[in-house]
Amino acid sequence: MSFLEVTNIGISFGGLRAVDDFCLHIEKGELYGLIGPNGAGKTTVFNLLTGVYKPDRGTIVLDGENLTGKSPIEINQHGMARTFQNIRLFHNLSVLDNVKVGLHNQIPYSALEGVLRLPRYRKAEREMDEKAEELLEVFDLQGEKDYLSSNLPYGKQRKLEIARALATNPKLLLLDEPAAGMNPNETEELMETIQLVRKRFDMTILLIEHDMKLVSGICEELTVLNFGSILAQGKTSQVLNNPDVITAYLGE
Amino acid sequence: MEKNKTKRVSGLARPAFRSKLITYVLAAGFFGVSALLVQAEVAGSLYEGLLIPMCCYIMMAVSLNLTVGILGELSLGHAGFMCVGAYVGAVFSIVTRTAIPSAWIRFPLALLLGGLTAALFGVVIGIPILRLRGDYLAIVTLAFGEIIRKLVENLYIAVDANGLHFSFAKAIDPLSMDLATKKDILNGPMAVSGIPRDTTLLLAVLFVMLTLFVVMNLIDSRSGRAIMAIRDNRIAAEATGISITKHKLIVFTVSAFFAGLAGVLYAHSSTLKSTQFDYNLSIQILVFVVLGGIGSTRGAMIATVILYALPELLRFLQDYRMLVYAIVLIVMMLLNNNARFHQLKQTLFQRKAKEETT
Repeated sequence: MSFLEVTNIGISFGGLRAVDDFCLHIEKGELYGLIGPNGAGKTTVFNLLTGVYKPDRGTIVLDGENLTGKSPIEINQHGMARTFQNIRLFHNLSVLDNVKVGLHNQIPYSALEGVLRLPRYRKAEREMDEKAEELLEVFDLQGEKDYLSSNLPYGKQRKLEIARALATNPKLLLLDEPAAGMNPNETEELMETIQLVRKRFDMTILLIEHDMKLVSGICEELTVLNFGSILAQGKTSQVLNNPDVITAYLGE
Repeated sequence: MEKNKTKRVSGLARPAFRSKLITYVLAAGFFGVSALLVQAEVAGSLYEGLLIPMCCYIMMAVSLNLTVGILGELSLGHAGFMCVGAYVGAVFSIVTRTAIPSAWIRFPLALLLGGLTAALFGVVIGIPILRLRGDYLAIVTLAFGEIIRKLVENLYIAVDANGLHFSFAKAIDPLSMDLATKKDILNGPMAVSGIPRDTTLLLAVLFVMLTLFVVMNLIDSRSGRAIMAIRDNRIAAEATGISITKHKLIVFTVSAFFAGLAGVLYAHSSTLKSTQFDYNLSIQILVFVVLGGIGSTRGAMIATVILYALPELLRFLQDYRMLVYAIVLIVMMLLNNNARFHQLKQTLFQRKAKEETT
């Protein structure tokens, strides 16, 4: 059995079958790409995986645990973390606190211990600060840790979102169009960051992307989605040379 | 250039301790000076009479700020929780006045009971409205506040040699009671009398400090970050593993608890009438929170002091009183949206903090 095993999931909105019979097998440590034309249902697949939508049918199993129908909160606690296509940071919190929210379930103490400033609060907060700063350093954000997250430039906001997702200690990281709105230089840098994250945290990554340079550069396997169903699946080089994929997505 | 400037968030600034200390010192300083002025008879009895209610309203504003400013949910029923605390505390004190003659034992019990009952109401009301947001939540909390007040208005409680008598919506039949020992406690919409005046200014100020301590520490902790994360982006908070239900209930409970305490303190300092707790009070407290700068505990406190004292201190203007009050509200609103004013505030309160970071 694969690390992530998605079998025949689907969802309809009214009469529209947004995603139909979607299957996905990802091995541990793999970097997997999900591509497809606009409106193909890629983000819907992410929303199904992370529990934002409940699938009408099919099952989702991560590392032997059945996550089908669980809430986003439970799914995150079971080891799936994500970023969003349109950045969703906690914009009124500092950069450091954004990451510390990610550590919420990793280093717990009760609200009462926090109010009374008991020793456990101090110890946990110190531990959180260290861990958060360590993560920020990976993304080269340590210099901006006291900035309000909404004051960061766009590329750094994307990085911060990945840092926050990693803070929840996931087994599988889902990145929804991480290179959207980035210039070629930033995309290049992002590719390096993703590779670094993968190596350093021994992370399995599933990403949605439109930037073909990024996809062909770092993804090992691909699934192509079109009108809610799978068009092609397999090794990146094979999939990108598949004539169906070229006509549907890449163009002649 | 402007973008690179660190903008600090109230309650979250790095030197959080310093920021909290300023708030404590401001509160203690203000009431300390006020007490001295009253003692030295510089300030009149009018001013003296304002101080205890002012403490209660500060507790209300600071606790409402937790819901409105930190959780980001509009609540228009905060007076309802104060009403619960006031009546529960008052009834307890009247009933046990002879059984527990010492105010040192009776009053803490009254406070605890009033606070906890209000907190219970916070949970009971909180659960059904968990899924509501924005305008809907505002309307429902408004309704709950009024329902609580109307329930209290229809409650009749009396005591005689045989024990307590309750009645709802109609007065207790006097024939059913032992008239020789009969004593009314709650008489429907009538004002409640016979509440021991246990609230002293010192006690009220101590409770303001307690409220500030709990609320500010809560905001500046793991739970507070989670609550603000929910406010800033609910979907991202869920995806980060933050339980929305748990943190909303923490906020509703803590917020209601302190409103209840404020109610008990208020009831033991003056006459008690249910009409005091109508939606006008909820709105008034909300105005304090909004004009203090939503989300700022210190701001809520300062706005309460100014805006509560002002109409009373402006009484000499007679007919023009509310006109001046309205102008002050508008000026405060303008200042809140003025960048220069914020800069001035920063240089006043956080100059040292800035030096440290640069």
